[in-house]
Amino acid sequence: MSVIYILLTISIIVAIGFFVAFIVAVRKGQFDDSYTPSVRVLFEDELIKEKTKKTILTKKD
Amino acid sequence: MSKTPCFHCGLDASEANITYDNKSFCCNGCKTVYEIFSTNDLTCYYDLQASAGAKPSDIEGKYNFLDNPKIVESILDFNDEKTQIATLFIPHIHCSSCIWILENLNKLNPSISSSIVNFGKKTVRVTYNSETISLKQLVKLLSSIGYEPFISLDDYSVGKKNVDRSLIYKLGVAGFAFGNVMFLSFPEYFQVTGFWIETYAPLFRWLMFSFSLPVVFYSGQDYLISAYKGLRSKILNIDVPISLGILVLFVRSTAEIILNLGTGFFDSLTGLIFFLLLGKFFQQKTYNYLSFERDYKSYFPIGITKLHPDGTEESVQIYDIEKGDRLLIRNEELIPVDSILIKGKARIDYSFVTGEAEAVYKQSGDKLFAGGKQLKGSIEVDVLKTVEQSYLTQLWSNDVFNKNKEDRFTTLTNAISKKFTIAVLSIAFLATAYWLFVDSSKALNVFTAVLIIACPCAIALAAPFTFGNLLRIFGKLKFYAKNASVIEQLAAINTIIFDKTGTITANKETAITYEGSNLSSDQEILLKSTLRNSNHPLSRSLYNLLNKHDIATLDNYEEHTGKGIEAKRNQNTIKIGSAPFVGYTAETSTLNTAVYVSTNSEYKGRFTFSNKYRKGLSKLFNKLKKHFDLVILSGDNAGETENLTKLLPAKTKLLFNQKPEDKLEYIKHHQQSGAKVLMIGDGLNDAGALAQSDVGIAISENVNIFSPACDAILDASKFNHLYDFIKASKSAIKIIRYSFLLSLIYNSIGLYFAVTGQLAPVIAAILMPLSSISIVLFTTVSTNFVGRKLKKQKKYSLQ
Repeated sequence: MSVIYILLTISIIVAIGFFVAFIVAVRKGQFDDSYTPSVRVLFEDELIKEKTKKTILTKKD
Repeated sequence: MSKTPCFHCGLDASEANITYDNKSFCCNGCKTVYEIFSTNDLTCYYDLQASAGAKPSDIEGKYNFLDNPKIVESILDFNDEKTQIATLFIPHIHCSSCIWILENLNKLNPSISSSIVNFGKKTVRVTYNSETISLKQLVKLLSSIGYEPFISLDDYSVGKKNVDRSLIYKLGVAGFAFGNVMFLSFPEYFQVTGFWIETYAPLFRWLMFSFSLPVVFYSGQDYLISAYKGLRSKILNIDVPISLGILVLFVRSTAEIILNLGTGFFDSLTGLIFFLLLGKFFQQKTYNYLSFERDYKSYFPIGITKLHPDGTEESVQIYDIEKGDRLLIRNEELIPVDSILIKGKARIDYSFVTGEAEAVYKQSGDKLFAGGKQLKGSIEVDVLKTVEQSYLTQLWSNDVFNKNKEDRFTTLTNAISKKFTIAVLSIAFLATAYWLFVDSSKALNVFTAVLIIACPCAIALAAPFTFGNLLRIFGKLKFYAKNASVIEQLAAINTIIFDKTGTITANKETAITYEGSNLSSDQEILLKSTLRNSNHPLSRSLYNLLNKHDIATLDNYEEHTGKGIEAKRNQNTIKIGSAPFVGYTAETSTLNTAVYVSTNSEYKGRFTFSNKYRKGLSKLFNKLKKHFDLVILSGDNAGETENLTKLLPAKTKLLFNQKPEDKLEYIKHHQQSGAKVLMIGDGLNDAGALAQSDVGIAISENVNIFSPACDAILDASKFNHLYDFIKASKSAIKIIRYSFLLSLIYNSIGLYFAVTGQLAPVIAAILMPLSSISIVLFTTVSTNFVGRKLKKQKKYSLQ
């Protein structure tokens, strides 16, 4: 048995793994909305009070 | 005083004088929203985007229909004992602040467990605990912060809302297989003989074969099915040569590896399908927040209040309304059925139906048509007809709404493909015949090679990429087309039909002209002071128009509903209103809305209200008249004839008093005599005409709110650029023709190899993607060029 068989099996298994990941992602609806997640990721610590007060003051010029 | 914008919504707040927390607001509504946000630590809303909010509207009683469990059930996506999930369409969603606040709804009410915004579709999906908050309370909460959801009869039919993701699956499968087959083909590209290849080639080939199976029979099934359907109805559409190519590629490749003759063309096969699907994907991506399939359902409410004889109120589904029912229509509610006004003052806004901006007054006993919106107070009506039988909704039973427009029309690609298929088949047979005499062993090889290399991948890609790209450019310029074939049809137009009110006239502005004897300054003061007291919309707009005068105190003021107003000051009397009311008996020649004025029982003159035509209307018509037949079809009376003939080119046809069905029939009639009709309208009453025409464009002041079913939506501000859009569509057709030429060159090169019997898999694998990619590049670059020209024209016309 040549090592090529093992390599081929591994490469195809890896490829199929990615393919399954893709199918799962589509099924979960990750490809339905391509814009909102890009904005959502930027919201993080917005709820800290001091910070917001300061920014409102700077905005008001 | 300088203008200070409202901190919440950005409107002018200098007059209102409401300040809170050192910030000015235009109204108490905006202030309240700010208070809600600040007490919940959500003021960050204003950091993300300044003045992002909307004024919260008064919705008292508007959502009472959400008390009806049957209606609520129909709106919800998911419902068990405790948890409910609802997807609500919120037209106001427009910036990152909106996403942020809507996804932090749980800070405002802990019963909401999660809310997820889809920005493209302008929806929010809310999961909440139904034991502590009801859907009605949720809707109220959203409205109170300025994000009022839009719930219409369309939402009633949820459940079949399954998203179609098949194309992306097919694309994924094809891409996956294409990549792997490419890898597996590499050894044989470079090394044709030798021990290694001879030992392992069968394994590689059979792997490629198994990868190509799902590509042909799953990813490519649309082409095969479409070709089969085309052949059955004796049409040689573009999918016929494509399917022929796919099948020949597959059969020949399989035969080659079974008989151990060669490696086959699996790489080209999977690549071809991958590229074709990519083109389809590119074309399909349009504006998902705009709906082009709207009928009255997306505009009508789901529920309405029914009054029982004993005075109790009940929210009912509007399909359950029966003839003879008594309904309560609240302020800002829509009349869902034809009915008779029984109680209350009706001021009905029919703008969604006719495009007419002026609200009309009705008195008890008058007939009210479905589709009107009550503007002032609540009224009671008796139902005359059910929803489906009402005057307006009947229009939708016309056949034209069940036909698919695209089926009525042969695309450029299909027209070419017919000639192309015949040409390819004859070349294939000629070449085969030749080789049968010269070297019969090569005949079959040549025959299949011709069919493979001539597969019109590039031709099939030219149209999707050109139109797809132009669609995006148009979208940036606020012209939103439903799909690519709309642009193609737009280029073929020879007749343009306009609706009048709301289409060529602007909705919000009215022009007022005065005819009659001059008023003395005393009289003007009296007129102005009198108008000041009246709330009638005509009085308001007249009041705003008159010069500034001192406001005098009136001795006496009286309002006669439906007739006019009367006032007295220092022995001078004034009457403002309808002609008979002021005592004007001479013939009233105008058919337009007019307000008559008399002082001391002496007729003075009249103010005539007419719609203001959109800016650049004459210019646009003068440009269009050289290339198209122009018609104006109006549902109104002929009052504006004189103005229109002055404004528009002489050969423009003007037709008035057209019912919705008349408009539809008019277009049908002209289409039968060979006209390609572009209909431009705006109201629901144009829906039939828009559907019947070859291209129906809806003009909309606000693309997010409402437009009837159509092929494209044009923002009202871009109305005068209509001609440029048509011209750009024509350029797109030219670009596609050039692409066809380009792909023919590639095909001839390929055919040379094929006919001479020396088509190696490597050549096919290089030539086929190369032609596809160069076509994609060519069309993208040239449509961008057209787009840039289009944008430049905009700049000039603004100056």
